Amino acid sequence: MNKLEEKAVSLLQSGVKLILGYEKGDKGARPFFCHTPEDASKLIYDEHATTNLATYILKPELMGHDKVAVCATLRTLRAIAQLASENQIKGENLIVFTITEEGNGDVKEFSGIDEINSYLTDKELEVAQLYKELDEKLSGMSREEKWSFWVNEFSRCIKCYACRAACPLCYCTRCITDVNRPQWIDPWPSPMGNMEWQINRVMHMVGRCIGCGACTKACPVGIPIGYLSRKMLNDLSEEFGYIPGQAMKDGNSLSTFKPEDKENFIH
Amino acid sequence: MSKSNIYLPYLMRIEKITQEAPGVKTFRLKFEKEEDEKEFSFKSGQFGEYSAFGEGESTFCIASSPTKKGYIECTFRATGRVTNGLDALEEGNTMGFRGPFGNTFPMDEWKGKNLVFVAGGIALPPMRCVICNALDTRENYKDITIVYGAKSVNDLVYKDELKEWADRPDVNLVTTVDPGGETPDWKGEVGFVPSVLDKVAPSSENTVAIVCGPPIMIKFTFPVLEKLGFKDENIYTTLENRMKCGVGKCGRCNVGKLYVCKDGPVFSKAQLNDIPAEEY
Amino acid sequence: MEKRYINKEGLAKWFGSILNSGKRVYAPVRHGEKVDFHQVHSLEDVAEDYIQTTLSAKSVIFPRAEVLFSYKKDNKEVTLEDFNPDSVPETVIWKIRPCDAAGFIPLSDIFNGGYDDVVYAAHLNKTTLVSFSCAKADDFCFCTSVNGSPGATKGSDIQLTILPDGGAIAEIITDKGMALIKSADDCFESAKDEDKSKYLADVPVYFDLNTVHDKLKEAFSSDIWKQQSERCLGCGACAFVCPTCACFSIEENSKGSHGQRIRCWDSCGFSMFTQHTSGHNPRSTQSQRWRQRILHKFSYMPERINDFGCTGCGRCSRACPVDMNIREHLTSIVK
Repeated sequence: MNKLEEKAVSLLQSGVKLILGYEKGDKGARPFFCHTPEDASKLIYDEHATTNLATYILKPELMGHDKVAVCATLRTLRAIAQLASENQIKGENLIVFTITEEGNGDVKEFSGIDEINSYLTDKELEVAQLYKELDEKLSGMSREEKWSFWVNEFSRCIKCYACRAACPLCYCTRCITDVNRPQWIDPWPSPMGNMEWQINRVMHMVGRCIGCGACTKACPVGIPIGYLSRKMLNDLSEEFGYIPGQAMKDGNSLSTFKPEDKENFIH
Repeated sequence: MSKSNIYLPYLMRIEKITQEAPGVKTFRLKFEKEEDEKEFSFKSGQFGEYSAFGEGESTFCIASSPTKKGYIECTFRATGRVTNGLDALEEGNTMGFRGPFGNTFPMDEWKGKNLVFVAGGIALPPMRCVICNALDTRENYKDITIVYGAKSVNDLVYKDELKEWADRPDVNLVTTVDPGGETPDWKGEVGFVPSVLDKVAPSSENTVAIVCGPPIMIKFTFPVLEKLGFKDENIYTTLENRMKCGVGKCGRCNVGKLYVCKDGPVFSKAQLNDIPAEEY
Repeated sequence: MEKRYINKEGLAKWFGSILNSGKRVYAPVRHGEKVDFHQVHSLEDVAEDYIQTTLSAKSVIFPRAEVLFSYKKDNKEVTLEDFNPDSVPETVIWKIRPCDAAGFIPLSDIFNGGYDDVVYAAHLNKTTLVSFSCAKADDFCFCTSVNGSPGATKGSDIQLTILPDGGAIAEIITDKGMALIKSADDCFESAKDEDKSKYLADVPVYFDLNTVHDKLKEAFSSDIWKQQSERCLGCGACAFVCPTCACFSIEENSKGSHGQRIRCWDSCGFSMFTQHTSGHNPRSTQSQRWRQRILHKFSYMPERINDFGCTGCGRCSRACPVDMNIREHLTSIVK
């Protein structure tokens, strides 16, 4: 048994009802709900796994009321830290551990959200290769060209909401697209309707997105959805001293007001 | 018009609006086009998709009897986007109607039998159609008993009809309100519909029972009917489920393998026994 | 059914003549790593070297969003403008797979069964399907487990099997297919003595469909639904990429005094799909919704319209963000 399996078995034998981790799938690592010690041998750890397990933590029908453990990659840890800063996680029933090195690395169990936050402080949020390529492509474009580019990209959106479903920070029980009084966002795909949806999502994600790229990977038609949210994180860090990929200690930049906030943009 | 495109509604003029109860209205609708009225016919139990142009469609039964010519009626509670859109309309406004959809109460099979109608609250509308139909063809049926209850006196719908039915010597009407819902001058029963039904204890011999109401009422009414000796094939109800197309294509209203809009909304209890109860 | 041969130049010439006839032609087009159906204006636009497109071609006949009718309100009056079937142009869908062509059969049974759906029928009647048999398959394909095969012709109007010389065996299956080759009849030669099956991919059979159907009869209350659906995120990707999924919603595009009634794709996997306005939701958990997807495709549809709701194209499994592999799930149901 490797260390991951050992840890899982010991947790399951000590009253934890579910280990949320990954197993081997046809397209790489996929989420795995490990309920029994016998299943623990299927658990793998893949730092590059793109499905963010934190998406499941806020689903009461899956988590139940018992103790649950999450085998978290960096991406999942960032999401958990952000969710905790938004008061969405009740710590008592959640055990979080990670593997400090790939494969047969050491298991590190976190004593609480504070430890997760400090673990993340020296881990800089990466920028995906795809986003670097987009940076280059877009930096040479005029404003009109950029708008055309995005209208074109988003016209391919089929409104399957895989991006929303895959995002751990999209946890509204009634999404704005599901509200019909008034109908803020058209439910059907259309070039402008899709722009409304995507822009809306980016704005709801500002300062909350942890740059995990689950949305981009989830999109079946290959729209680089996460790029805009990821870029906004850099913009935010300039204006509000926010560090991309780390939860702000005193509230989200755009949902908290402090008297010291700059007002130089108000004319 | 609506013959070719099943999604295109008939245009209907609102002829009369009746406020039945807080938040509940009845609309009497006339066809805008004479040729639409001429080609239209329906049977008890069928429903339609009613349009508030600008808001969408909502599913209600046709609450008037097919024996009444020249108009159809629907009764609804203003709950969501479409029903509030309809609620805002006035007499003389135009709205839409697609239908008739669904199956029908097998009234031909009921000829010569006693009929027991059991309804609760806002579920009287689907029943009103078949009750009025039966009363308009009274000679076809033997004893007719109606047990109808609502949360309070104010919540009873079709107050005028209830008076008519109470005055008829060939109908046994028993109205009830939930305990606490009575007013000082209330002369009807006080108690939940299933227990009042138990008290009335209609005979199950050569009798068909038609039940319509909120799920909780149905849950407690079926055992009473069973106790009285009613067989499952002789108990009928109507199911409701979220609908959009109304014609068995959009895949939304299905319960197990049956579509409420196509194989229903009228089901016998025997049919219900075969489909998963959790899906409606 | 007629069998012919067409050489490489003839194929290009025939394609050109279809474009010149003014028909709309949809074909697979590459966009980065993804291949999807778009309108094309030359043979060079058509993608090569891929196993399957991400989305099916159903959007050509069953659009993602379409106007059912429009309305105008003026004081108390309303006027309606109906859908015009003549507004649908003649269309050819080029280079679909046999599984895609087969998928149009249950899709059409849903729309044309019971009440006639004139909107759908208008698109279907004006569309000719040209399928290419499959020389390659991947692990996600399982057509042979669901009454299909890489060379099956059901649902196709014409099927081409590309030969090593760049030409093709052309099977003209329907009258619509005959009509499509009529104007370029000289491009086609009489059939060569070629065995089509030599050029077909080998797709292993993973499970017995009848066993699946039988097992599902007793499976409603099984634990397997919760087990299989735990990781499902409840997005609509599987339903939207599927060639046979027909679930739709009817929405209002309201612009004040005028507007349109729109039909758009929907998915039984969405949490609000069956939710009543009262708040009651008969399928409130993902496991109930997953069960509905499988039972609908493999149990209810065969009983209602005598057809399974799956042609083994594998798109749902490829598109799923959490690797819900339907072939894997069906195989485990059989066990």
